[in-house]
Amino acid sequence: MNIRQYNGSLEVEVVNLRFPNPLILAAGILGLTAPLLRRAVDSGAGGVVTKSIGLKPREGFPNPTIVDLGFGLVNSMGLPNPGLQAFIDELEELRGLKVPIILSIYAFSEEELAIMGKMISELKTVSAVELNVSCPHVGGVSEIGKNPGLVKSYVKTLKENLNGKPVLVKLTPNVSDITLIAEAAVDGGADALTAINTVKSMVIDVEAGRPVLAGVFGGLSGPAIKPIALRCVYEIVEALDVPVFGCGGVETARDVIEFIMAGAVAVQIGSAIARRGLRVFREISIELKKFMEAKGFKSLEEIRGLAHKK
Amino acid sequence: MKNVRRLVEIEEIVEENPRVKTFLFREKLCSKAKPGQFLMVWIIGVDEIPLSISRVGNLCAVTVAKVGEATEAMHRLKVGDKLYVRGPYGNGFKEVEGSIAIVAGGVGLATLFPLIEKLKSLNCKIDAFVGFRSVSHAFWIDMLTNIVNGKLIISTDDGSLGVKGLVSEVFREYIENFKPQYDMVYTCGPPAMIRQIFQQCEKVGYKVQASLEAYMKCGIGICGSCCLGPYRVCSDGPVFSNNQLAKMPELGVYKRVSSGLKIPVQ
Repeated sequence: MNIRQYNGSLEVEVVNLRFPNPLILAAGILGLTAPLLRRAVDSGAGGVVTKSIGLKPREGFPNPTIVDLGFGLVNSMGLPNPGLQAFIDELEELRGLKVPIILSIYAFSEEELAIMGKMISELKTVSAVELNVSCPHVGGVSEIGKNPGLVKSYVKTLKENLNGKPVLVKLTPNVSDITLIAEAAVDGGADALTAINTVKSMVIDVEAGRPVLAGVFGGLSGPAIKPIALRCVYEIVEALDVPVFGCGGVETARDVIEFIMAGAVAVQIGSAIARRGLRVFREISIELKKFMEAKGFKSLEEIRGLAHKK
Repeated sequence: MKNVRRLVEIEEIVEENPRVKTFLFREKLCSKAKPGQFLMVWIIGVDEIPLSISRVGNLCAVTVAKVGEATEAMHRLKVGDKLYVRGPYGNGFKEVEGSIAIVAGGVGLATLFPLIEKLKSLNCKIDAFVGFRSVSHAFWIDMLTNIVNGKLIISTDDGSLGVKGLVSEVFREYIENFKPQYDMVYTCGPPAMIRQIFQQCEKVGYKVQASLEAYMKCGIGICGSCCLGPYRVCSDGPVFSNNQLAKMPELGVYKRVSSGLKIPVQ
């Protein structure tokens, strides 16, 4: 596994991407425009994943698209995005950014994916691609991520067209055995995995007697899913030798440590921004350094996967 | 708590003109809102939209122009019908004491009115420039006449009420002719108007606070739909000051639609 960790810093190097810290903006959060992505980096993010982009523009679902339950958010944005060509122009504005830019993409067919892969292969601004096969509320996408055969085939198609750019595959927890999907992604050529996407869910309003979200189903994120995400990362790390980005409910440095102890190389942060604001990146970095010092840990490498040895 | 949706009953509906209605309701958190804050209002079964709070107190209100499917559905509601609200969201206006200019375009007046009341209670001297498309779009003229203690200039694009012309032009001419000293210019209206007002204020060195509108989904600062420059209108705004407005080259030039695509502002 090509992971290096420098003592005394929070830097993480994985699949030839160098993150100044392990706190990465998760897909779907703010990443719709270049100025907001830049602002996440200015706020201390060690890397950014963009909103999921498709070949064609997509409006997403009408409102309500989000419900805050206190213990987590349920969203049904419905993959709104301006389409790859328009987003490529947006990405141009990010030239010179000092952290990896991971372009999240989704496709409804392998043909679409091949076209997108070719378009992306030429982009200097894109450090890696995260394939979203796991959005739980958009039909045609969520089904891919539940089927090992499709996952392998999609990843293979993407890899063949990307001209060497690393591919992360973002996995859904909405399956009975996530390691089977993880294995299929690795077989298809995935360089790394992200676990997890949101948990398929819904909210019903008693007074109105109807689902709150216009899209009916949504994805649960935030603190409520952290134990699920930790379990998924742990299971994948037990089963396979592949870098895993932990994602799901990270709000504090302690949460980051938990994911790294489960074997994650870094974490992605999203819903926490609703509660703690964009300062969450810088604050967690500081908390993380303090935590490491207090515990006498010399590097993140020292604690990575620690929970597996017990 | 503010993120939790609360059911409110419409207690009163005021038809301000054929296109604008005010909906009054009682709600604890809304009653403590700051001028310039907004609510996410779920018109059950139709849509959830951001609406400025146009009246703060025991009875709160939102004032809504009929501009699309959701607002048309809202206009069909009757007294006793129910809505869900979450919020209040956003920073609201920072109140400044002294000599104040209010520049309002259309239903933007509703956003500014609670501020005008607050500034009046702080003994500010208030000049107000209020523009409508035509006399049939005008509302709250009597309320303005009662509360504005400085100059009040009403304008309409077609001259059917007050001075003929765009409110941004009326404001420009006034400040060029009379060179008033303002401690703050507060503005709300269409983005193209706000751009004009901001540029005029920059030229003569006025401080400005502008309440902006944008396509909005989550309202809590995570989805990115309402991005203007490096800012989220919902949670960094909706009220922005000179330095921030200067970082929004797209203001009044293009807007983002639900897909995030940029569309020129007509």
